[in-house]
Amino acid sequence: MNWAEFFSMGGRGAFVWGSFGVFALGIALEVLLLRMRSRRSKEAA
Amino acid sequence: MNLYRYASPASFYPLAGRLWPVFAVIAALLAVYGLYEGLFVAPTDFQQGEVYRIVFIHVPAAWMGMFIYLVMAFYGVLALSFNTRLSAMMMRALAPTGMLFTFLALWTGALWGKPTWGTYWIWDGRMTSTLVLFFLYVGFIALTESIDDERRADRAGALLAIVGSVNIPIIYFSVTWWNSLHQGLTFSKSGGSKMAPDMVIAMVAMVFACWAYSIAVALVRARAIIREREPAHVWNGEAA
Repeated sequence: MNWAEFFSMGGRGAFVWGSFGVFALGIALEVLLLRMRSRRSKEAA
Repeated sequence: MNLYRYASPASFYPLAGRLWPVFAVIAALLAVYGLYEGLFVAPTDFQQGEVYRIVFIHVPAAWMGMFIYLVMAFYGVLALSFNTRLSAMMMRALAPTGMLFTFLALWTGALWGKPTWGTYWIWDGRMTSTLVLFFLYVGFIALTESIDDERRADRAGALLAIVGSVNIPIIYFSVTWWNSLHQGLTFSKSGGSKMAPDMVIAMVAMVFACWAYSIAVALVRARAIIREREPAHVWNGEAA
């Protein structure tokens, strides 16, 4: 399998990886914020 | 065993603590499998080429955005009619996740629209009603966070969740009610699925991954809410 070809996504790489990247970023951000909230509430409880 | 006893925060708290890691693991495994199927195994689309692969995150995100709002409205009905504390907590625990998925549906949709339709955005029924859904989530969170009395915040939020849920069928059926650039329903009773089997597998895996993720995150957030509001119910050691 050719990786350069895979990442180019038929010339639409920016759209595909822009979608998957922001999706992953959004999930990561929610998990991070939730962790902070969890920790804060544990310290207070 | 009496299931109703889990409707009280005190008994729900340890149960949620045991359950969320299970859902987190299921979500991770399904996501790995679904991404592998979607990015490597599923064939190239004969019309759109490779860019169609956005479907594997776009559709799950859009479905979760709609579904979570309905679940919030359901909890809102429970909270208003039985005045149960846990229903309101679950309703509020779900909101940020629903907002995130709705945002991701809009974002991935825009990036998919540009190469396939030639535009990031048009004000058609599907997109406009999804944007309204996003603002409903923002409004729900802003409303409930702005009221200091938690029980009043719960009731106001429940009302907004219930009234706002009228938007969900509008989103869902918008592509059949109005002309749209957006494609029709991905799965329908009459047509079945229009996708190749490997595409369906990838899609189903990603949908259930998002489900499991949402459940895990909502359980963790509900536990945080219980700690914030009813610290007396979180006893020794089980604050993990």
